Amino acid sequence: MKVQVVKAILASNDEVAQENRAAFDANGILALNVMASPGAGKTSLILATSQRLPAHLRPAVIEGDLASSIDADTLAAHHIPVVQINTGGNCHLDAPMIRSAMPHLPLADIELLMVENVGNLVCPANFALGTHLSIVVASVPEGHDKPYKYPGMFSAVDAVVLNKADLKEVFEFDLDFFRRGIEMLKPSMPLFEVSCRTGAGLDAWVHWLATQYQPVAPAAASVAQ
Amino acid sequence: MHELPVTQGILSVAIEAAEQAGGRRIVAIDLVIGTLSSIVDDSVQFYFDILSRGTLADGAVLRFRREPAILVCWDCDYRTQVVAPLPALCSACGSTRLILRDGQEFFVEAIEIEEPPPEESNNESSSRQGNSGEQ
Ligand SMILES: Nc1nc2c(ncn2[C@@H]2O[C@H](COP(=O)(O)OP(=O)(O)O)[C@@H](O)[C@H]2O)c(=O)[nH]1
Ligand SMILES: [Mg+2]
Ligand SMILES: [Zn+2]
Repeated sequence: MKVQVVKAILASNDEVAQENRAAFDANGILALNVMASPGAGKTSLILATSQRLPAHLRPAVIEGDLASSIDADTLAAHHIPVVQINTGGNCHLDAPMIRSAMPHLPLADIELLMVENVGNLVCPANFALGTHLSIVVASVPEGHDKPYKYPGMFSAVDAVVLNKADLKEVFEFDLDFFRRGIEMLKPSMPLFEVSCRTGAGLDAWVHWLATQYQPVAPAAASVAQ
Repeated sequence: MHELPVTQGILSVAIEAAEQAGGRRIVAIDLVIGTLSSIVDDSVQFYFDILSRGTLADGAVLRFRREPAILVCWDCDYRTQVVAPLPALCSACGSTRLILRDGQEFFVEAIEIEEPPPEESNNESSSRQGNSGEQ
């Protein structure tokens, strides 16, 4: 006897992701899931973004990449709270990991939560965290064919940041080819070309990110905790 | 790869559906998986056989339906099934204006459960074990 189900395989993760989202919303926090292959520049982008935010967007970081070179001193110098998740060698973060990290964050004192996912262009795309936005950081040395090779990742995100633009000439990076690979997945995808090394393009990216922030309604704010 | 959480997901969705349908044993599980979704059929069945032991899904067969990804050409409307890495040009007219459809599906479509024993179907309201459903 056949019984129709039609339910997402990762439904239990999705349910926790919805709880996380509700907690972000109740605290007036915009949450961002940063995905990329190892070394593309997730940590560099998170730091560079933190340093350019408007004053009303106070950042915090959940660090999920074990291979991260994130420098606690640098973050401390910029007063950025950070929580390190031990993924136990997992290939992705999932919603319960974010839920357990949240009590360690000063939720009432931040407006932007950036989550550095595990360096991997396949698995993290399948696991919702509850963040409002997700991005993939691609980098010039990885080549302009990344969207064609990893359509699952590049179609799952809300924006693409192309980092290490300072190396475009060296690597003969074909930006039009790269852009077309993204547009075949999502024609309206925002694409930001940046260099965390030189700072080029970062202002446009941070401006876009800041426009995604919706100030919390007073009624919702009182639900916090 | 992440076969373990995927297998756990399949198992919990299937068991929940079986409990809602009266708590009978699951014979088979129909999965719809887009060809661009990352999953390995054989290894999932392997994990499933271990994880499902002693549950309603013990011994159930996983049946995979692969949904193809379709590349559509804006210019000539040519449609073709593709896998990653995706082609950059329309194979019919050479256009670079393409759009990808489907291929990302990842859900449990249906379960097949044992037929109810004949005597049970006469008296549907009688209490049955495994139907407490709450937790
Ligand atoms: N040339 C260049 N190197 C960069 C840029 N951004 C980051 N890097 C370097 O790339 C390496 C990896 O960066 P990181 O942020 O740790 O990458 P993650 O593994 O994705 O977090 C480091 O050595 C960075 O200094 C950039 O815009 N240009
Ligand atoms: Mg890092
Ligand atoms: Zn064509």
